[in-house]
Amino acid sequence: MMEVLFYIAATVALLSTGLALTRANAAHALIYLIVSLLAVAVLFFLMGAPFAAALEIVIYAGAIMVLFVFVIMMLNVGQHGIAQEQEWLRGRNWIVPGILAGLLLLELLLALRHAPATTAGLTVSPKEVGLALFGPYVLAVEIASMLLLAGLIGAYHLGRRFIVRRENKR
Amino acid sequence: MGGLQIPMEHVLALAGLLFSCGLMGLMLRRNIIFMLMSLEVMLNASALAFVAAGAKWNQADGQIIFLLILSVAAAEVAVGLGLVLQIQRRFKTLDIDQARRLRG
Repeated sequence: MMEVLFYIAATVALLSTGLALTRANAAHALIYLIVSLLAVAVLFFLMGAPFAAALEIVIYAGAIMVLFVFVIMMLNVGQHGIAQEQEWLRGRNWIVPGILAGLLLLELLLALRHAPATTAGLTVSPKEVGLALFGPYVLAVEIASMLLLAGLIGAYHLGRRFIVRRENKR
Repeated sequence: MGGLQIPMEHVLALAGLLFSCGLMGLMLRRNIIFMLMSLEVMLNASALAFVAAGAKWNQADGQIIFLLILSVAAAEVAVGLGLVLQIQRRFKTLDIDQARRLRG
């Protein structure tokens, strides 16, 4: 039963990734990419990694995709913005991602009905992950924190110049 | 009982297919936003392989590597989108071939 759910989620992931990378419009591609990330989150959950599944949704499909949305919306401000918005609100643009996401929701409901809904024998709980993360892997946490600090400074430097120039132009 | 009930090869094949989707996107598209999306897909596929391996042996290590990949993706996308804004401002296009001269 759970194996079938796994293969359906895998198909959804492949399909939406392929569709995402062949779209001409960046906003349409983003919707497919979010569906693909949700499908991978379902795969993580079915493989007995609920913590990774939650993080995949919160950070990948949430934070990182919101950054993409911000940038695409910033680049799209122009005269033709309203016509483009109306174009995006038409059904055919979101009906396929909607169907794929609905399929994932159906899988979630099916998985919730069967209590140990994993294809793995045992789930690796968030507690185990945390104990290992701040035990033997504490050096990796420090390195990740330095990497994030470098990314923060780099993004601030690049974005600050953009904002200052925009203000001068006005 | 422990380990995955689905064959490990299937999960690895899925991760490989997702990775090659991302690689094809990276090589075929010239729009820098799509190239960043392809990078996200590739990172995500490798994370899938790590989590599958962690699930096979019931260890937390796979999910920890997933966390590290997540932080790498976050840092990469922050800097990458800053570069997208700079390229758009400087060249008035998102075509990466226009930004080929490598000078400030």
